[in-house]
Amino acid sequence: MDSLLKFITRGSVDDGKSTLIGHMLYDAKLLFADQQKALELDSRIGSNGGDIDYSLLLDGLMAEREQGITIDVAYRYFTTEHRSFIVADTPGHEEYTRNMAVGASFADLAVILVDASQGVLTQTRRHTRICALMGIRHFVFAVNKMDLIDFSQDKFQKIRKEIRILLAEFDFDSETVIPVSATCGDNITKSSANMPWYTGAPLLTYLEQIDVTTRHTGQSFTMPVQRVCRPDHSFRGFQGQIESGSIAVGDAITVLPSRETSHVRSILCGDKTVDRASDGHAVTIQLNTEIDVSRGCVFVNGGTTKVNHLFTASILWMDDAKLVEGKSYLMKIGTQKVPATVLRIRHKIDVNSGQEIPVDAIYKNEIAVCDFSTSTDVVFDTFLQNKALGAMILIDRVSHMTAACGTVTRSLDRGTNLTWQNTDITRSFREKQLGQTARTIWFTGLSGSGKSTLANALEKRLVALGKHTMLLDGDNVRMGLNRNLGFSETDRIENIRRIAEVAKLMNDAGLIVLTSFISPFTNDRRRAKEIIGDSFTEIYVSTPLEECERRDVKGLYAAARAGRIEQFTGISSPYEVPAQPDYIIDTTGRDLDACADELLEKIRPLL
Amino acid sequence: MDHLDKLEAEAMYIMREVAAECEKPVMLYSIGKDSSVMLHLALKAFYPEKPPFPFLHVNTTWKFKEMITFRDQVANKYGIEMLEYINEEGLAQGINPFDHGAAYTDIMKTQALKQALNKYGFTAAFGGGRRDEEKSRAKERMFSFRNPDHAWDPKHQRPEMWKLYNTEINKGESIRVFPLSNWTEKDIWQYIRRENIDIVPLYFAAERPVVERDGNLIMVDDERMRLLPGEQPVMKKVRFRTLGCYPLSGGMESDADTLDAIIEETLSAVSSERTSRVIDKDGGSASMEKRKREGYF
Repeated sequence: MDSLLKFITRGSVDDGKSTLIGHMLYDAKLLFADQQKALELDSRIGSNGGDIDYSLLLDGLMAEREQGITIDVAYRYFTTEHRSFIVADTPGHEEYTRNMAVGASFADLAVILVDASQGVLTQTRRHTRICALMGIRHFVFAVNKMDLIDFSQDKFQKIRKEIRILLAEFDFDSETVIPVSATCGDNITKSSANMPWYTGAPLLTYLEQIDVTTRHTGQSFTMPVQRVCRPDHSFRGFQGQIESGSIAVGDAITVLPSRETSHVRSILCGDKTVDRASDGHAVTIQLNTEIDVSRGCVFVNGGTTKVNHLFTASILWMDDAKLVEGKSYLMKIGTQKVPATVLRIRHKIDVNSGQEIPVDAIYKNEIAVCDFSTSTDVVFDTFLQNKALGAMILIDRVSHMTAACGTVTRSLDRGTNLTWQNTDITRSFREKQLGQTARTIWFTGLSGSGKSTLANALEKRLVALGKHTMLLDGDNVRMGLNRNLGFSETDRIENIRRIAEVAKLMNDAGLIVLTSFISPFTNDRRRAKEIIGDSFTEIYVSTPLEECERRDVKGLYAAARAGRIEQFTGISSPYEVPAQPDYIIDTTGRDLDACADELLEKIRPLL
Repeated sequence: MDHLDKLEAEAMYIMREVAAECEKPVMLYSIGKDSSVMLHLALKAFYPEKPPFPFLHVNTTWKFKEMITFRDQVANKYGIEMLEYINEEGLAQGINPFDHGAAYTDIMKTQALKQALNKYGFTAAFGGGRRDEEKSRAKERMFSFRNPDHAWDPKHQRPEMWKLYNTEINKGESIRVFPLSNWTEKDIWQYIRRENIDIVPLYFAAERPVVERDGNLIMVDDERMRLLPGEQPVMKKVRFRTLGCYPLSGGMESDADTLDAIIEETLSAVSSERTSRVIDKDGGSASMEKRKREGYF
């Protein structure tokens, strides 16, 4: 049996977690004298009248003392005759779920408090679920405040039944339910005289005896490479911690993801040369041959380790900003750090019922099952097979906060897996990736009305807001795509059709497209709208002919008046005013910036 | 693997992660027993390479003489880069532990540390802090993030899962890393014995000139020690559980002059370690947290 037990305590606000641990330390005489003195002193100003408030021993930070609640994870260290313990005291209320997960990821066993007067609550289910997600396989339920229900065996049995029903959903290796009173000390370190009907061990005794040795399903050798050690030209070793199995000098090694193979030349465990090393040890391994190995590679010898860029994982979302499909994060898995994207949120898991609910976004403190894609192949395994290669975190690329933690449940195969075929890269996926709604903003109006100038100014503003845009105008369309078109009616219609199709493709790529063409005929604009669909926004730049002709920047009006240009819109060809444009703007006598700002204000809510 | 093997492997893992991921790490070296353990672990973690970062000693100029001698011996023996930083401005102003109390600690330790980190542009600094030392440390993560003013925000600690340490920071921010977080004082002593680690002789009981002040035994280490009226140094067999500035370090009467005897005494200890360090008492039990928010290690 392991000489060290790492466990966490869980409970709702006022369940008395801190009191329970405080009382355990106090009764087991595990307190240093000055801590005990400080505790008694603090109690006089604490909330519990004249009695010792055991929770003060654990609630360390000023902020939580003011609020009377535990806000973070506090680690305590104590040793009895039989065992060393590290206990992570973790908060219960929802706001700090992430801290609870921190404590759970660290522990082998969870002590979950249940208020005897309230039974199994939503929070009890939440806590159990988070423990299970983070890999805890041993559970102790302490039904606390038995004094408040007169130490009733019947009521305890009822709660125990509720707990057993709850546990049926999870995989675990051991469980027990113990009736206790944290303030009075019943069944904490010694059996309770108030509950002779309880024949099991008191809490501390149980914790001293429970065996939490993990039975790895995968026993083959794995070691993620942390760094390359190269003090001089004669030595090149690979440093890391062995995560499973063992390795000996002469053994074959495969390096993932490259799948190159070699043999072990030497092993250093710390600074000592050894012939063999096993899981848990920090080692430096030299290979027989010079092969390409860097941080993030994984040494294996057989086993189930996978190399892929697609997999499914259960995650706990911890960031204030919601999780959306398509956004890029940094993923740390083993010693690898790669850009990763959530391809698809399969479903959220209701923390109370365990029910799978289809959703579009995941919010703080929610658990979900998602498909991930990494930018390059990563080396991993399922969390069940290998804790170190199956656990990952997501890091926000701007705030650098740890946005989520998760456990890999399975590898996805692009060729044969239906899931992947269902998760085609859609327009909506690309839009989410770019953080915008794609749209075509179609400027129409007379030559010289200010379409291109406005479209340009608007585009600059959109780019400044971080939007991804493209401007289509006569300059970049007529020169290339439509170089073979003239000014006949057929060519004019084809010109607009091509522009509309290109705008639509760009919209499908998630881009915001601005087009600036006179497009004088209602039918042409209608066809463009039919091609582009609902994303079409028509802006009529209504600057009157007289003003346009007065500006005559390119001298075209003068040429048309002189008869040198045929079918010039407004002079020798009609301009059909849009019947129902989305916006009308007249630039006569107006400042460009003011016009562009006005448009931006109208357009922005659509993007 | 026993308990100490596990703690050792965990600390080595963390040191390697920082060396691999952080741009410019440094290891704080306070000359105390925890620093001795940290140095030993660093030598092991990177062997046969030397630790790929320098060591930094923030010198208040009031350390025990034996500490400075020990520091220089150690740096020499292992061939490591040992930087020393003194807050010259504070020194010029004559800031001292007798006249300036809490301001002394702030100027010569906290401010000096910040100045040193800024001067060299270190992005990550290893410290030997342990969670069993003090209440607010019990809540600090292994990786503790500091804003450009080196302040700690206990309400916005990053979640730390399994051993997936997130080392990403923005410009100007830095990380304090505590690889010994899960060690207890007893673990430290047992490890020192097991690994045969050199420590400053002040940890072992010996006859030393001391005065008794506010229930603490203060060693008269040099002529700068100000004696109060009626105080007369007397020779007592004392040892120190923690080492810092000699006027602020309380010794204890003891006959423990071997590691075994020290461990024996520690196991039956009736007061926790930091009570013998005078500075923690200013401002009640929340004083350490307050100092940490301001950038103290």
